[in-house]
Amino acid sequence: MPPWRDIGVLRVVAQLVALALVLLAGAWLMSNLVDNMRQTRLTFGFGFLNSTAGFDIGESLFAYSATDTYLRAFLVGLANTLMVSLVGIVLATILGLITGIARLSRNWLVNKMAAGYVELMRNTPLLVQLVLIYAVLIQLPSVANSISLPGSIFLNQRGLSFPRPVPEQGFTPWLLIVLVAVALAVAAHVLAGRREEAGRDPGHLRLAGLAVVVAAAIGGALAVGGPIGFDLPQQQRFNFVGGLTISPELTALLVGLVVYTAAFIGEVVRGGIQAVRRGQLEAAASIGLTDMQTLRMIVLPQALRIIVPPLTSQYLNLAKNSSLAIAVGFADLFSVSRTMANQTGNPISVILLVMATYLLISLVTSLLMNIYNRRVQVLER
Amino acid sequence: MPSARLMIVSLAILALVLVACDATPPAAQTPGGEQPTPAGQETPGQQPGGETPGGGEPGAQTPDAQTPGAQPTPGGPTGARLGIIQSRGNLICGVNGGLQGFSFLDESTNSWSGFDADYCRAVAAAVLGDPDAVEFRALSADDRGPALQAGEIDVLIRNTTWTSSRDASWGNFGPTTFYDGQGMMVNRSLTDAASLEDLAGATICVQSGTTTELNLADQMRVRNVEYTPLVFDNIDATYEAYTQGRCDAVTSDRSQLVGRRSAFSDPGEHELLDVVMSKEPLGPVVPHGDDQWYDVVKWVVFATFEAEELGIDSGNVTDMASTSEDPVVRRLLGVQPEVGELASGLGLEDDWVVTMISAVGNYEEIYNRNLGPETPLNLDRGPNQQWTDGGLLYAPPYR
Amino acid sequence: MSGGELADLPRMPPAPEPPPIRKIGWQAWLRQNLFNSWLSGLLTVVVGVALVCLAILSIQWVINARWEVVTQNLRLFLMGQYPIEHAWRVWLTLAILSVLAGVTAASSGGPTRALATWLAAGQAMLGLLMLASPMGVVAALATIANGVALWIAFLLALRRPIAGRTLGIVWLVYVPVALILLHGLGGTPLEVVPARFWGGLLLTFLLSISGIVLSFPVGVLLALGRRSDMRLISGMSTAFIEIVRGVPLITILFMASILLPLFLPGDLRIDAVLRAIGGITIFSAAYVAENVRGGLQAIPSGQIEAANAIGLNAFQRNVHIVLPQALRSVIPANVGLFISLLKDTTLVFIAGGGLLELLGVGRSVLAQPAFLGAHLEVYVFISVVFFVLCYAMSQASYRLEAAMGVGTR
Repeated sequence: MPPWRDIGVLRVVAQLVALALVLLAGAWLMSNLVDNMRQTRLTFGFGFLNSTAGFDIGESLFAYSATDTYLRAFLVGLANTLMVSLVGIVLATILGLITGIARLSRNWLVNKMAAGYVELMRNTPLLVQLVLIYAVLIQLPSVANSISLPGSIFLNQRGLSFPRPVPEQGFTPWLLIVLVAVALAVAAHVLAGRREEAGRDPGHLRLAGLAVVVAAAIGGALAVGGPIGFDLPQQQRFNFVGGLTISPELTALLVGLVVYTAAFIGEVVRGGIQAVRRGQLEAAASIGLTDMQTLRMIVLPQALRIIVPPLTSQYLNLAKNSSLAIAVGFADLFSVSRTMANQTGNPISVILLVMATYLLISLVTSLLMNIYNRRVQVLER
Repeated sequence: MPSARLMIVSLAILALVLVACDATPPAAQTPGGEQPTPAGQETPGQQPGGETPGGGEPGAQTPDAQTPGAQPTPGGPTGARLGIIQSRGNLICGVNGGLQGFSFLDESTNSWSGFDADYCRAVAAAVLGDPDAVEFRALSADDRGPALQAGEIDVLIRNTTWTSSRDASWGNFGPTTFYDGQGMMVNRSLTDAASLEDLAGATICVQSGTTTELNLADQMRVRNVEYTPLVFDNIDATYEAYTQGRCDAVTSDRSQLVGRRSAFSDPGEHELLDVVMSKEPLGPVVPHGDDQWYDVVKWVVFATFEAEELGIDSGNVTDMASTSEDPVVRRLLGVQPEVGELASGLGLEDDWVVTMISAVGNYEEIYNRNLGPETPLNLDRGPNQQWTDGGLLYAPPYR
Repeated sequence: MSGGELADLPRMPPAPEPPPIRKIGWQAWLRQNLFNSWLSGLLTVVVGVALVCLAILSIQWVINARWEVVTQNLRLFLMGQYPIEHAWRVWLTLAILSVLAGVTAASSGGPTRALATWLAAGQAMLGLLMLASPMGVVAALATIANGVALWIAFLLALRRPIAGRTLGIVWLVYVPVALILLHGLGGTPLEVVPARFWGGLLLTFLLSISGIVLSFPVGVLLALGRRSDMRLISGMSTAFIEIVRGVPLITILFMASILLPLFLPGDLRIDAVLRAIGGITIFSAAYVAENVRGGLQAIPSGQIEAANAIGLNAFQRNVHIVLPQALRSVIPANVGLFISLLKDTTLVFIAGGGLLELLGVGRSVLAQPAFLGAHLEVYVFISVVFFVLCYAMSQASYRLEAAMGVGTR
C-alpha cells in the first residue's frame, strides 16, 4: 500500500502536522509577546514575590502588614479564598439539602416557594445578586447606632460583631472529657446501626449517646470551672474592638454565594432523590420502616450515587465564583492579584500564578470528591 | 472528571512556565546582537517594575535588530506617532472621566470638562489645529498603565502622579501641570479627628492601583497608627462607600478629594485634614519610544506656562501676534523671522501657540476655568504659580 | 310470612351516616396540599405569614421607589453611549430582528412559538417604559410597532411557513447586515460607531451572541479532538478543556484583556470589545466541548460501525452521521450554556477595559450625583431584565426537550 493511503502513516503525519502548526503558531505568538514586552517595558519572572508589597489588605486570616512580601500578600488572598470556599460549600450544602427536600414536599406552598427560589437564582446573574446584597448591607445603621442583640452581639453597617470564644486554663481537660463522650456516642451510633441491620429495635441507644455528650459538656464545664472565656466587642471611637467582626463584604459574598449555589444543589438533590425507584420506597414501607429509616437506609445511599458528580461541579463553581469578591471589596485571591499585577508591572507572571492556583484548587476539590464518589459507588453489592 | 493524567499535564505546564520564566532574557532572541536587557531576570528585592533600559533602549534600534516580520510599531523612534495622529485627524487622550474639575463626563450632555480635559484639547489644538478633535477615553486607575504601555492612547492626562517606577514602566512623563499632595478627608458626622494620629482604629477607604494606597500604608506605619483599609478598584465605589459611612475617612490627592466633595450632597460635613502625606506631581504621560511626540507634548505644556508668564491670554493673543515688538513674544507666537525653524523643528505649524492659546487659554485661564475661585472646587493655586510669583511653574526658553 | 305483615313492621329511618370526606373542591385541595399533617400545617402558616409580609413590604417599596433612575437613563441602559443621532440604526436592526424572529417562531413548530409571544410582549412593555423616559415618543412607538410587527409576521407565517433552509440563509445574511448597520461603513448615513460606544443591553447581546456563535464550532472541534485516537491531539484538547474549566471566567477575561494585545504584532490594535469576546469564546468553548462530548458518547457504536461499513471516511462519518445526532441531543444543554453566557457577560465590567454592559451601565448611573443611593431600584431593574430573558429561554428549552423526546429514544 503506498504510504499516502496507509491510514497508520496518515495519522502519524496528521499529528506531526498538527504539532508543527501549534508550534509555529506558538512561536509567532511568543515572538510578538517578546517584542511587545520589550517595547512596553513589562517584565517577566517570579522574583517580585520577594519584594515588599507596600499595600495593605483589609481582611486577612493571619498577620500581614505593608512591609511583608508579595508572596505573603498572595498567601493572604489564597487563605481568604479557601476560607470563603470551604464555609460556602458547607453552608450551601445544608441549604441545598433543605431546598431539595422542600421541592419534594407535598405541601403545595413550600413546594412552590422552593421552586420560585430556584428559578429566581437560576435566571439572575450572581454578580447582580452580590452587589445588591452588599448595597442592602451598607444601609444598616452606623456604628454609633448599632442594633444590639442579646449576648453582646452588635449589627451595623461595618459588620456583625459578636463575642469570640477564648480558651482559658481549664480548656484542655474539658475538651478531653467532651471528646471521650463523643467517642462513646459514636460507638452507640454504630451499635444502634448494627442492631437495626440485624432487624432488632435499637431502642434509645442514639439518644443515650447524645445525652452522654451533653452531660459531659455541662458537667465537665462545671467541674473544671469555666473552660471558655469570651472576648466581648467594645465600641471604640470608630469601630468595635475585640470579639469577632464579620465585615459586610465577607457577609455579602458568603450570603450571595451560598444562596445562589444552594438553589442549584437543591435541584441536584431533588434529581437524585427522585431517581430512586418508587419500588424501593414501597418495599421499605412494606417491611415496616419509618420515613426517617427509609430516608437514611434506602433512599440516601442510592441517591448519593447520583448526586455526588453534579454536586462536585457545583462545589467547583462555588470556589470559582468566589473570585467575584472583588466586586464587593473583599480581598480574595483574584482581588489581591489584580493589585499585584498593577503595582509590580509584571502582569503576566501574576496571571499565570493565579490561574495555576485556581487550577490547583479545582483539582484538589475534584480529587477529594472523587474519592468520596468511589466510596459511595462501591457500597452496592 | 480530571484524573491523574490531567494532574500530570497541568503540573508539567506549571513547571515549564516556572522554568521558562527565569531562562534566557527575551531580548537575547533577537538577531543583530542587541545587548540583552535584564528583563527576564529579577534580583530579589529589586524595585517593582524597575528595569534598567540598558542596551535595550529602542533609540538604538536598527532594522536588523528587529525580529523578522514585525512591523515598526507606531511610536517608534522615527516619530511616527505625530504623523499618525495628524493623518488620523484626532487625538486619543486617556482621561479619568469621573473626577470633577479634572476630567469629568456629563452623561446627560455628553460633554467633557476639566483641567486635564482642557490640556487634551490644548494638545489637539497645537497638533491638529482643532481643540475638539479629541477622542476622550475614560480609564480606571488599574487600566491606565496597560493602556499606555500598549500604545492604545496617544497621551495620558489623568491626574497621574510622576514616580520613578511609572517613569520606567509606563511611559515618559511630561512637565508637571499640577503640584499636589496626598490628603485625608474625614466625615465630620462620624468623627472629629484632626490629625492622622487621631485616626487610630478607623476604617479608611482607598482606591487600588494608586500611589495613594502605598503612601497610606507608609505614613500610618511611620506614625504607628493602626487602621483598617478598605480597598476598591474603581473611583465611584470608593467614594460611595465613604459617603455611606462605611469608612470614617478617605485618602487621595487633595485635588481629587476637593473635586469629589464638590459633588456630595453634604459637602460641608466633610473636611480635609491639615496634613500633606506625600508629594503628588500630576502631569501628562506619553508612551515610551517616541522622542518627537514626547517633545511636542512637553512644549505644549511649557507654552501654556510661558504664555501666562508673558501675559498672553486667549483675549489678546491674536493682537499680540500681530502687534508685539518683544522678540520673546514674537518667537513664541510664531512670527517670522524670530521663530525661524523652532516650530517646524518640533513638527508643528509656526503659529501653533496662537491656535492653542486662543482655543483653551494660558495656564491661568485653564486653572481658573476648572479649579478657580468661581468653581465649586476653589482650589488655592499654592505651588502652582509662575516662578516669578514664587511658585514651581518654570518654562524653559522657547528658542 | 305474607307481604301484609311486612307492611306492618314499624319503618325506621336509616341510621344517619357520617358525611363523606370531600375529595374534590377547594377545601379538599387545601387539606391535601397544605394541611396534610401537623408539621405541614405549621409550615403553611409560618411560610404563608412570612410571604404575605414580604409581599406587602415589596409592594410598598415598589410604589415608593425612585424609578426615575431607570426611566431617565433608559437610553443608557439599552444602548450605552451609542450616539443619539444614530439610534435609528439600532431600531432598524431590532425591527428586522423582530420580523425574522416572528417568522422563525411560526415556521419551526411548537417550542419556539412561546418565544415569539414573549418577545412581542417584551417589546410592547419596553415601548411603554420608553414613553415614561426622555427617549421620545417616536422611539417608544417604534418599539411598540416592533412588537406588533413581530406578532403580525408570526401570524402570517403560521399560514404560510417558510422552509427551514431559506430561513437559515436569511439568518446568516442578517448577521453581517446587522453588524454593518450597527457599526457603519463610514460616510453618511452609516458613519462608523466603534464598538467601544456600544453599551448596555446592546453590548450584552453582542457579547453573548458572538460568544455562543464563535465558541460553538471551536467547542465541537475540541470535543472531537478529545475523543480522537491520536494521542497528541486528544492530549492537547484535554489539557485545554480542563485548564479552561478549572479557572474562573474572570481570570480568563483579565488575561484576555491584558495578554491578547501582547500576543499580537504591535500595530494590530485590538478593541476592548474584541478582547472580551475572545475571553468569553475561549471560556465557553470548553464547556460546549464537554456538552458535545456527552452527546458524542451517547451515540451507539452501531452507528459508527455502520458508517465504516458503507465506506465513509472519518470526515464524512462525522459530518453526516455522528455530529447531527450528537448536536441534536445536546441542544437543551447548550441552551443552558447560552443562559449562563448571558449572565456571565456581567463580568466584563470587572475584567477591565472600560466596557459598560447592562450592569456596568447600572453602576455608572449610580455614580451620577442625582441618583446617589438608588441602588435597589437599578439592581432590581437589571435583575428583572435578566430574569425575563433567561426565563423565556429556559422555558423554550424545556419545551424543546419535551418535543425532541430527549432521553426517551
